[in-house]
Amino acid sequence: MEQFQVRGTAKGRAGGDRHQAITGVNASGNLEVLVERVLPEHECLVDIITAVTGFRGIWEAVIQEFFERSSPGGLRFSINDGGARPDTVTLRLMQSVRLMESAP
Amino acid sequence: MTLDEILASLFPSGHTVESGPSGTLHGTAKVDGQGEVTVVGIAGGTPLGVDGAILLAGHVLAVVEAGSRAPIVVLVDTASQNMARRDELLGLNEYLAHLAKSLALAVVHGHRTVSVLFGHAAAGAFIAMALSSQSLVALPGAEPSVMDLPSISRVTKLPLEQLKELAKSTPIFAPGVEPLFATGAVTETWAADQPFAPRLAALLQQPVATSDLRDRIGLERKGRLLAQKIAERVAAEAAAHA
Amino acid sequence: MSTLLQPHELDWYEASARERVAGLLDPKSFVEFLGPEQRVMSPHLAQFDLTGAFDDGIVVGGGRLDGQKVFVASQEGRFLGGAFGEVHGAKLLGLLRAARDGAGRGGPERDGPRAVLLLLDTGGVRLQEANAGELAISEIIRAILEVRSAGISVLALVGGRAGAFGGGGIVTACCSRIIVSEHARVSVSGPEVIETNKGVEEFDSKDRALVWRICGARTRYLTGGADRYLKGSTADFREATIALIPHAPPFGLAALKAEQQRLTERLQHFGDCRDAPEIWRKAGLPEPERIADITDDAFLVIQRPKGADHDAR
Repeated sequence: MEQFQVRGTAKGRAGGDRHQAITGVNASGNLEVLVERVLPEHECLVDIITAVTGFRGIWEAVIQEFFERSSPGGLRFSINDGGARPDTVTLRLMQSVRLMESAP
Repeated sequence: MTLDEILASLFPSGHTVESGPSGTLHGTAKVDGQGEVTVVGIAGGTPLGVDGAILLAGHVLAVVEAGSRAPIVVLVDTASQNMARRDELLGLNEYLAHLAKSLALAVVHGHRTVSVLFGHAAAGAFIAMALSSQSLVALPGAEPSVMDLPSISRVTKLPLEQLKELAKSTPIFAPGVEPLFATGAVTETWAADQPFAPRLAALLQQPVATSDLRDRIGLERKGRLLAQKIAERVAAEAAAHA
Repeated sequence: MSTLLQPHELDWYEASARERVAGLLDPKSFVEFLGPEQRVMSPHLAQFDLTGAFDDGIVVGGGRLDGQKVFVASQEGRFLGGAFGEVHGAKLLGLLRAARDGAGRGGPERDGPRAVLLLLDTGGVRLQEANAGELAISEIIRAILEVRSAGISVLALVGGRAGAFGGGGIVTACCSRIIVSEHARVSVSGPEVIETNKGVEEFDSKDRALVWRICGARTRYLTGGADRYLKGSTADFREATIALIPHAPPFGLAALKAEQQRLTERLQHFGDCRDAPEIWRKAGLPEPERIADITDDAFLVIQRPKGADHDAR
């Protein structure tokens, strides 16, 4: 098992008024993402727990690219990973931001 | 111990327990301080299927309807639920639930219920026969389980040796009386060196809590450290939400 | 993607546990207890090299259904097969006890919910926490019966990926009313377990059609093992639940005597059958061999055999 954090900065605060959202599920090839609006406006953070070891570099690259694209300022993402591929990780992270931007 | 030895030790003042179809047992017995108790059960390591379950439930409901409020002793040496296409087709889940409901109804109607495990009980049979009474006593030879370790090993893909090693440090999954005592399933264990009859009489004489205390007992015995607290937290949030 | 649809438009089978609740209840009425942000997770999975779920695979809370207060529990069938572990089981147990005790305070109309809805989607006990899961199921059964005794309906809604197997099948049959959709299987032993133990002749677990004939929703509905059969949209489940809540039988001697009779008669009439069409033939249903394959619309007009429509649970 591996547990690690990827931190980043965002150009702006993630939109919307929701305080938290959750998407996905910890199943084979999938992941569960809990997102909470708990950080200062220009910070973002992803906490990952995964049973698939040795891919930290890929996680960091995927997440930094997501930070760059989505600018999720103020958001903390917590992930329970079930062995998802990078494109699924990106999909879920972006879904979670869209949920936060949607009406409560 | 054989069934006859167990019956003799539990009911030295006499009993009428006889074998019936599908491995079932049925009869009455005398217990000090209780008068006549009803005895039902399964023996011979017979799996619990639709036929056995409906017979046993019928005996329990007959006692409830008679209105005697006499204790019910459930003797258990079964296996798992009967693994058969026919039983599942006919709705085995309903028959096992019906037996569990009948035993619960007996309690509502004032009957003290005690399961006495002297052999195997696993999975659905464990739920319907051993865990459906107010108290569960484990005798010498009791082998309760949810599933045997080799099968758990197959399903979880953890090597058997590693599972056995893990089982030494946690009672949360392994078969046997000890982990099931620690987690709160087994109320008491009785050793063979003392007669069972006085212990049964004492157990039946004790006042029984109206609510299910097994999660609290699991916490006290350190076998289930979270269950009781989590149930309480949910109940508290639900009450606050009202 | 599911986020584009309104919750009640979702297909039950495809929806997540939380989406099912959102689609079932009145809009925006649901309040989750011990939600995922509280991170109440299983401590037993790491030693098996497994990651967990923030809600341990079950969503519990309260809300409104057609204006009436209800409690809801919804299992996530895709997380470890929706199986009962220590935390998972305790969340459901706490919900049931709250329903029971709420009723005690002021009657079901005052503090307690009108009904408890169990959205079951489970393979049974989580083996990594076998003893805790098994105990939880027994405690849940006891609590369901206490809730029913307090006059509160407890409904089982089954239609997900995992079905309701093992202890989940037993819990289902302890509820006042049971609603199933086409995808549902309700059973005790899983087909693979029967095959492993008794051989492929007894049960070919890879024969999907066989699995559904033995364990599936149509068989349960026609034999009286379920009370409503649905096509499987969330809107269908909502409508059926609203309709059945007032018709849930109380738990008591009369109901159990009636159940003893109906289950005895089922064995008398069909006890030598080994497959569903044999039952349908004996029951005089039209075209027994085709019942598994006809459309839901055609299936729903079939008159159920005598004894299948009952109040005896």
